[in-house]
Amino acid sequence: MKRRDFLKSVTGVAAGALAPAPAIWSAAKADARSETLLIVSEGGPNNLDIHGVGTNVPGYEVSWNCYDRLISHEMKSGPGGVPYYDRDKFKGELAEDMNVGDMSVTFKLKKNAKFHDGTPVAAKDVKWSLDRAVSVGGFPTFQMSAGSLTKPEQFVMVDDNTVRVDFAKKDRLTIPDLAVIVPCVVNSELVKKNAGEKDPWGLEYTKQQTAGSGAYKVTKWTAGTEVIMERNDEWVGGPLPKIKRVIWRMVPQAGNRRALLERGDADISYELPFKDFQEMKASGKLDVVSLPFSNGIQYIGMNVTKPPFDNPKVRQAMAYAIPYQKIMDAVLFGLANPMFGAATDRPTEVAWPQPTKYSTDMAKAKALLTEAGYADGFETTISFDLNFAGVNEPLCVLVQESLAQLGIKTTINKVPGANWRTELNKKEMPLYTNVFSGWLDYPEYFFYWCYHGNNSVFNTMNYKSPDMDKLIDGARVAAAAGDKATYDTDVKSFVDLAFADVPRIPLYQPFVNVAMQKNISGYQYWFHRRLDYRALVKG
Amino acid sequence: MLTMIGKRLMFAIPSLIGVVIVTFLLTRALPGDPAAYFAGPAANKEAVEQIRKKLGFDKPLIEQFFRYTADLAHGDFGNSLTTGQPVAAEIRNRLPASAELTLLGLLVSIAIALPLGVLAATRPGSWIDHLCRVTTTAGVSLPVFFTGLVLVYIFYFRLGWSPAPLGRLDVFYSAPPTVTGFYLVDTLIARDFEAFRSALSQLILPSLTLAIFSLAPIARMTRASMLAVLASDFVRTARASGLSPGTVIVTYAFRNAMLPVITTLSMVFSFLLGANVLVEKVFAWPGIGSYAVEALISSDFAPVQGFVLTMAVMYVLLNLAIDILYGVIDPRVRLEG
Repeated sequence: MKRRDFLKSVTGVAAGALAPAPAIWSAAKADARSETLLIVSEGGPNNLDIHGVGTNVPGYEVSWNCYDRLISHEMKSGPGGVPYYDRDKFKGELAEDMNVGDMSVTFKLKKNAKFHDGTPVAAKDVKWSLDRAVSVGGFPTFQMSAGSLTKPEQFVMVDDNTVRVDFAKKDRLTIPDLAVIVPCVVNSELVKKNAGEKDPWGLEYTKQQTAGSGAYKVTKWTAGTEVIMERNDEWVGGPLPKIKRVIWRMVPQAGNRRALLERGDADISYELPFKDFQEMKASGKLDVVSLPFSNGIQYIGMNVTKPPFDNPKVRQAMAYAIPYQKIMDAVLFGLANPMFGAATDRPTEVAWPQPTKYSTDMAKAKALLTEAGYADGFETTISFDLNFAGVNEPLCVLVQESLAQLGIKTTINKVPGANWRTELNKKEMPLYTNVFSGWLDYPEYFFYWCYHGNNSVFNTMNYKSPDMDKLIDGARVAAAAGDKATYDTDVKSFVDLAFADVPRIPLYQPFVNVAMQKNISGYQYWFHRRLDYRALVKG
Repeated sequence: MLTMIGKRLMFAIPSLIGVVIVTFLLTRALPGDPAAYFAGPAANKEAVEQIRKKLGFDKPLIEQFFRYTADLAHGDFGNSLTTGQPVAAEIRNRLPASAELTLLGLLVSIAIALPLGVLAATRPGSWIDHLCRVTTTAGVSLPVFFTGLVLVYIFYFRLGWSPAPLGRLDVFYSAPPTVTGFYLVDTLIARDFEAFRSALSQLILPSLTLAIFSLAPIARMTRASMLAVLASDFVRTARASGLSPGTVIVTYAFRNAMLPVITTLSMVFSFLLGANVLVEKVFAWPGIGSYAVEALISSDFAPVQGFVLTMAVMYVLLNLAIDILYGVIDPRVRLEG
């Protein structure tokens, strides 16, 4: 080798070693990048099957994209022109035809639907999957029961391609409940083959791999690190998705997620602090979508069984003492819908959530407190869930400051995430902030869980009022019977009662925020607030 | 030698048993109810009870303990609820990631701290001594996550020299077939040089972060121990015999000053392995530190117990290795041992 050539090759090697990584990407890699969606988020799934024990919310996203349901929702134009699921319109996903009778609904399956392993989707799979959902216990079974779907006998195989769901009773929520994530259709033969005696529903198997017919299938999952999903080219549930491959990486640091987005390395992220979203919105380099949680409210709850909050006057005083606007500006950076300060002459609507007529008025609060016999204030504790400390902590500090003006001494109690639900269940915290949002977007659904005297986990205030129960039950019966007049009166009355009695003070309707590159389009808002990859387009 | 190792391992057994009992009791004493946590946001009391039964938390504590130890005897660490995977497999996958990062961080740290400490000791009061003091103080007083974030901000976000802080490899490379679990080694074995470079460039910032943090104890200990040795009689004798300063410092003084440094190194290593949680969080590193903390936050008992146990075993082995190393460096220790 000549000396000159040698030098050339050496410098060449050196240059290669120094060049930044993207420069040596082969064309194939660049192609892969344009067909791949890179999502970064804080947490990842702990189970790929929503029927599993303790599947977390990121796990729902996998289930939604990798499994099909009989039916799904149509899209409509939502706030800001973003596609928003249409609560009232259904379309077939595995079903090509839905026939609603008086006490049952019949589905005809699409003939060419196949599971990922090539087995055709048959009625026995649907029956087995729905049986599974109502039988495994825990969250899935609970969610099914919200639509009065409780017994395997309700699911009937008519023939190989037809399934009938019998109603246990008339319930407006039965059909919407068949379009949520839980009633997904699982490859029954495959799972049964891998099920054991101790685990008849094969939950251990589907925890690790997807066995559905959905638009994507998980090809690699490293818990806590990444999920890789490939498109199922045989999917018949809808138009073939544009994204071939989804790489979902867990990046715990919010600052890094933002840096990854701004550098253009990641395509989509959510779960960032509000301040970041607001700044990214302002800078205009990325598309930021902010949409209100359907049927969701952040509120301040009070334990109505213990003094001083057993006195409605004290509760009203509290509702006047909350620094609503400060919370909107300083905590949420405007990224929420206010649920306070409605004009005094505004009529109550048949809708939920809707704003209260309370707004910050310290004089009124003071007067009400004096009337209740607490002119000098009292001492109490305000608790919040540390998992959402980014919002909860400043919110509680603002409330604490404001209450101090009335002589109310508040201590802030930070509850670790693992503890929060236990604490809520005990129903002993005097004052706390929390958020509730229902998958099914119906006022009576929200009220049934949050205000009804059957005292579910979410009636965190321990609120019991016979009048309230009568109105909520009335609305549910009226909805099932299609009696619109009674339904409307009942809904309006229970909203009025909830605002007059104020066991909980609505603050705002939170937003779900998603930031994405400008070349990503097709984002859709779903009731579960997770991403639907099937509609996303890159480039 | 072998009897010494055997003896040391025998001594470790009671402490390991103690660790098993204490971690078991501690995790059960934690506030928070895993059943309520894993029952999901929309669960009622019955759902929580069903989950509790499924997880076996309805049984008396003593029965849970015996079941746990019986499983442990079969090498079964239980299942993590947050990630849904067997704990043993997770630790096996994640330990090399943490170890690779920590080792590299430690190497970088040694490469900087040892010369710095030696130079500072040979010229006390000079500018290099002050430099040593300032860098180590700054390094140890900056929180790790802060150093990490600053490095990411400068080298990734501003300058774009460093790859995205997305864990051990660029997302478009696939991991090499596992031989050692260390990507730097495995990629070389697989002769995948592109992946090797990707793995290396991913490692630079996090290991630098760790190195900055661990400079202080090593450099300070080197300096102090060198100063003591340089002031001793045999160094004076060596100097008086006309040996070159290099020979005196490296061959005579440095070797003798190494013992306390080695002790510090072992402590720094085990400390870093546990304490790099924050670095792992910042760089989305799939190591065991972040794994254990996430498990702790969600009251997920099995991984916490598995983590503590693994760490205890590591400490025992590390101490053993250090003791053996003492013997290699200083024959006097060997004789006494």
